[in-house]
Amino acid sequence: MAQRTHSQQADHIRHLLETEGDAVHAKASSFHAQRGEAYDAADDLEALRTEARSIKEDAIDRLPDLIDTVRDAVEANGGTVYVADDAADANAYVADVVDTQTEEHGITGDGDTPSVVKSKSMTTEEIDLNDALEAAGIEVTETDLGEWVLQVADDTPSHIVGPAMHLERAEIAELFNERFDPDEPLETAEELTQFARDYLADHIQEADVGITGANFVVADSGTITLVTNEGNARKCAVTPDTHVAIAGVEKLIPRLSDLEPFVDLIAKSATGQSIAQYVTMLSPPTDSPTLEFDRPDEPITAGDDGAANTEPADRDFHLVLLDNGRMDMREDDQLRETLYCIRCGACSNSCVNFQSVGGHGFGGETYSGGIATGWEAGVHGQDSAAEFNDLCTGCSRCVDACPVKIDIPWINTVVRDRINRNEDPAATDFLVDGLTPDMEDGGIDLGKRFFGNIGTVAKAASATAPVSNWLADADPIRGLLERTLGIDRRRDLPAFQRESLVDWFEKRGGKAASSRRAARADDADIDREVVLYPDVYTNYVDTERGKAAVRTLEALGIPVRVPDLPESGRAALSQGMVATADRQASRLYAALAEDLDAGRDVVVVEPSDLAAMHREYEQLLPERSFERLRDNSYEICEYVYGLLENGANPSALSTGDGAEPIAYHSHCQQRTLDLEAPTVAVLERCGYTPDTSSAECCGMAGSFGYKREYYELSVDVGERLAEQVAGAKTVVASGTSCGDQLEGLLERDVPHPIELLEPSSRL
Amino acid sequence: MTVDTVGRFERALEGLEVGFERVPAADASERIATIVEEPAVGAPLPFEGVTLPESVTTEPTSADLEAARTGVTPAGFAIAEYGTVAVESTADGAEAISLYSDRHVAVVAESDVVPDLSAGFDRLADGFAAGQDSVVFATGRSATADMGDLVHGVHGPGDVDVIVVEDR
Repeated sequence: MAQRTHSQQADHIRHLLETEGDAVHAKASSFHAQRGEAYDAADDLEALRTEARSIKEDAIDRLPDLIDTVRDAVEANGGTVYVADDAADANAYVADVVDTQTEEHGITGDGDTPSVVKSKSMTTEEIDLNDALEAAGIEVTETDLGEWVLQVADDTPSHIVGPAMHLERAEIAELFNERFDPDEPLETAEELTQFARDYLADHIQEADVGITGANFVVADSGTITLVTNEGNARKCAVTPDTHVAIAGVEKLIPRLSDLEPFVDLIAKSATGQSIAQYVTMLSPPTDSPTLEFDRPDEPITAGDDGAANTEPADRDFHLVLLDNGRMDMREDDQLRETLYCIRCGACSNSCVNFQSVGGHGFGGETYSGGIATGWEAGVHGQDSAAEFNDLCTGCSRCVDACPVKIDIPWINTVVRDRINRNEDPAATDFLVDGLTPDMEDGGIDLGKRFFGNIGTVAKAASATAPVSNWLADADPIRGLLERTLGIDRRRDLPAFQRESLVDWFEKRGGKAASSRRAARADDADIDREVVLYPDVYTNYVDTERGKAAVRTLEALGIPVRVPDLPESGRAALSQGMVATADRQASRLYAALAEDLDAGRDVVVVEPSDLAAMHREYEQLLPERSFERLRDNSYEICEYVYGLLENGANPSALSTGDGAEPIAYHSHCQQRTLDLEAPTVAVLERCGYTPDTSSAECCGMAGSFGYKREYYELSVDVGERLAEQVAGAKTVVASGTSCGDQLEGLLERDVPHPIELLEPSSRL
Repeated sequence: MTVDTVGRFERALEGLEVGFERVPAADASERIATIVEEPAVGAPLPFEGVTLPESVTTEPTSADLEAARTGVTPAGFAIAEYGTVAVESTADGAEAISLYSDRHVAVVAESDVVPDLSAGFDRLADGFAAGQDSVVFATGRSATADMGDLVHGVHGPGDVDVIVVEDR
């Protein structure tokens, strides 16, 4: 598939926002909220997630052994295991099973076309099983209601759990009424469901073969586990006398006891239910009698001779284990984690971009949502992942949702990096070459290089401000920026300050003056010293929040240094420039090493830079360096909270009247670091009554909202947040992006919380 | 097994809008008879002193199964925490009977109601060791939201009742 141009991508996203966004948002955000409640209500949730992850790590580690084990177990039970190399191999095997079954037993039901019924299985979507069976002259009927709607509509799944999530009830009613022309037009969900149930019941009764997926396969007992709410998977497995279960090899887990945490987690993470309606654990062939609806007068428990059966039911079972790239993913240090995925869809539901466009925008050939980047890159190839990978902004809200703790943003970053490296060098690379001192080979999208090197851009712009700001705002320049770098001209550009935070700090006397100021403050006997990290935006654009941070710390008795430090690598990471980020992480650590050795605390204003240090640096720095920096670096309000807890006097700060209501939007990555609460606590200690937003992300996400193809999506997401906070007199936000987005939508100032707290007497 | 466990089971079932009755073995047959809507099919109940009422057809034909309003089956055990009954895939057709009817009536001995999922997995493991290695954990009523709103009774039963036999 050729990649879309920026404007094709913009059109595609606009179309989805208009046609499918509302339906997806309603359901995905509701699943997300219910998952949150279910997680909160479970007292051992973290232990369960840890256990589930460790079982998956172990299982994938010894996957070849587990395949041998399950083969022995299923064969001992009387079934067959087939390991399929790829889609064609799997499809041919299943078609062959259907042919053999119908040749031996004749065709069930009327007519002479062999038929199969299926329960929902993303794995069979991955291999396009339906098309392959139909090409082989086999009739296929989906029995999951959502999947069946898609089959009737000739549509594709937009969500890995709720495949027809993008369709409203009225659209389904219209589809059914048109296609089936019922006596009375169908309208309500009950009527539609009843119609589908009756229609599908006939097909299930007449099917020659039942095909299911498997959520988990227990190797040592040959047990497949199906987790469903409707009951169709049970019917597909139990009714026809031949059952084929198709599962990716990664579904294997060693023992029955390993199944427990997954049964406990999967419904909670998927829909917020404590457990699914039906958790079916079958070690086929089972003892359940087959159901011969074409012999209505014989007891179901009777044998072929009509007498009561004392022998096991005459059942045939095939387990098809699909490789299709998975064994290679297992060898890939960056993609391996994808194989731990239990396909619950929690990452999709937690994602604001997914909520707005659904899986037809945020998805590849088969899979959708954040984890889809790993799946698509692994099973369909990088091109399929490239179609939608940009929609992961690295906000990281899926990290807390994933039941097996997969670092989904990291997988997206790595795949973006690989996509960048495969792109052809563009003829216009020279445009940004001078501004982009990165480690990237030519070929990466120009806009990505620009945003990935934003620190250098900002430094140059600051040095020439305000001229650079006037120039950048000029119409011809905006046109050029849009054409070459993909920066949407509707977006306000950041205004660079002529005097950087570092320069301001030096001019007012540097660390010596800061020590004197701190010494004049109330002495709470807190013997600490801070290195305030001048991130790109705080240093060159939003210097006021940096100054507020310095003044606040000094007022609480803490001397501050603001050295000129290297970029954190956050910007490069967001563009998938891992080599550049790696070098920046090393440089920053080297620049801070002496401060860390001297026992100084690193305090960060911009949450996304702190998140790089606390999350991504684990991948980029040696373990000891990573832990040393992580353990000694703090978000500014978290640090102030710590000072107040240790006796610092808040009266030195600007305080509210005790009940001044303000709206506070925490930053997405800050929430994942569990650092929303300290800001709320500090604001409350200082006399404010903060009301926190429930929106997971502002939609701006660094450079994302500047890009032409994503501007409208970014605004769609941002408006949900803006509506929540618009009524408050004062709105504060911790992230630069969040502030920019809200200022654009609300048309008023949205400062950082530290700017509310800084002492009123400014020095 | 404590009374608290049964209480917890009852509360979980209430949350799932599943009927709950607790009866002595001697009254179980009669109580089942009052709950079932005919036509009814069933799998034999293994509890001493408890038999299916005459209105319930055992060894049903596939026509009986298709026409049944109610299916009565034993549950090997139940999990109080989630309101789950464990229906075993046995040769008498319990799995199909519990699935095809509009209403499922599950009968479980009070001594087989275990407190939580962990205890349920212990029972499951015991069953696997004894050869009962195909089991459905059924919790509440068959449901879907695929047609735009939550609807109960899709492919499986839209009504469920659980009868706990208190002295078994």
